[in-house]
Amino acid sequence: MSAKKETLGKTVGVVVAVCLVCSIIVSGAAVGLRELQQANAALDRQSNILAAAGLLGEAKTKKEIGIVYDARVVERFVNLATGEYVANPAEGELKPYDMYGRVSKAPETSTKAEGSPAGFSRRANVASIFLIKDEVGVVSRIILPVHGSGLWDLMFGFLALDSDGHTIRELIFYQHKETPGLGGEIQNPEWQAKWNGKQLFSNGDVAIEVNKGDNRDDQYAVDALSGATLTSNGVENTLQYWAGDNGYGNYLKKQSWKS
Amino acid sequence: MADTKEMKKALFGPILDSNPIALHVLGICSALAITTKLETALVMSLALTAVTAFSSLFISLIRNQIPSSVRIIIQMTIIASLVIVVDQVLKAYSYEISKQLSVFVGLIITNCIVMGRAEAYAMKSPPLMSFLDGIGNGLGYSFILIVIGTIKELAGFGTILGFEILPLVTNGGWYQGNGLLILPFSSFFLIGGMIWFIRTIRPEQVEPKE
Repeated sequence: MSAKKETLGKTVGVVVAVCLVCSIIVSGAAVGLRELQQANAALDRQSNILAAAGLLGEAKTKKEIGIVYDARVVERFVNLATGEYVANPAEGELKPYDMYGRVSKAPETSTKAEGSPAGFSRRANVASIFLIKDEVGVVSRIILPVHGSGLWDLMFGFLALDSDGHTIRELIFYQHKETPGLGGEIQNPEWQAKWNGKQLFSNGDVAIEVNKGDNRDDQYAVDALSGATLTSNGVENTLQYWAGDNGYGNYLKKQSWKS
Repeated sequence: MADTKEMKKALFGPILDSNPIALHVLGICSALAITTKLETALVMSLALTAVTAFSSLFISLIRNQIPSSVRIIIQMTIIASLVIVVDQVLKAYSYEISKQLSVFVGLIITNCIVMGRAEAYAMKSPPLMSFLDGIGNGLGYSFILIVIGTIKELAGFGTILGFEILPLVTNGGWYQGNGLLILPFSSFFLIGGMIWFIRTIRPEQVEPKE
């Protein structure tokens, strides 16, 4: 250790020098790696959308994911209050539109989700949805981003509907913090497969449920995960909010993807 | 300059003889949380080893310039910067795993092993030895994490690194996954068991009775 030669000037000098060097290193790493990170995030999103579309089997490598995505997926923007398509709200901006980003908090671009059991206070006015086209260009699936709170935190997922607008094909949660082995089983392919063919609406009302027991013959219910009641309730609340009139209800009634 | 023997001691000593988790009982929090799967445990080990090694190196390089009144803050600044760099690199090159590790990479900043080695060793040792000491303690941490990660993943999910070893009942096999071992607190039992084991083969680590 150095001898006692501490002066105020030296202390401040060393602190400033260390901070300066560290901030250069940190900002250098952040800027230098940003492109790779954004590419990763975009790829991750595309592969999740393809998984919800049931097309992930066709794309093995990273390159193929981009190719299949470009060929089959069309991103559209929906005003949730009216159910009408709108232009990309992020037109002309540097970043792509992110319905979970700043727009979901700002009062002019979002709506209060009051009394919602889904566990968030505001949602964006405009949602970005994905239409999946088959080989001849007809819409075969509609992919709707959904989110709601599970046991620990918000869960983000994609709900894939058949082109009839009420038959569920896939429900994929790609980001969540549920307990591994319990609530984390929402990512288990066996549980995910149980959603295929279930109906969102019965006589125009939201009917889908997650409950205990054997629901193989019930077209409006899916088995809850054992040991994960709160996660299962979260999934149910999420779907009921997003299928309702505050969510995609108006859009799904119009069926405007058919024209 | 240190001789080879001393260097070996700094590098391999912390694995069994002075293991940061088993002997000093440091860095428990992250060892509890991210050992559910072996893969995350491996990446976390790598991240922590890199941070400990380089923070010890840099702190040792400027140890004679650091005023002792603000030394902890300077150590924290260096450690925090390295942790951010590691986090950025993970996000760029292994996005999936960085999503799983989420907050725990950031929490390396508060990992007692990193601070402990910086304060106890790097502040009074030359750079090369500090670097080796950092790697050694990282290896000691990794050793415990890998053992616990292997046990937890095998018992909880029937897999190792994602490969199926014991086919689970839920997937049509015979093995009923042990739900207790998936939860973070079960690492307490496992770490306790390892401390017992290490102290049985290295009786000199047993603390004298009070």
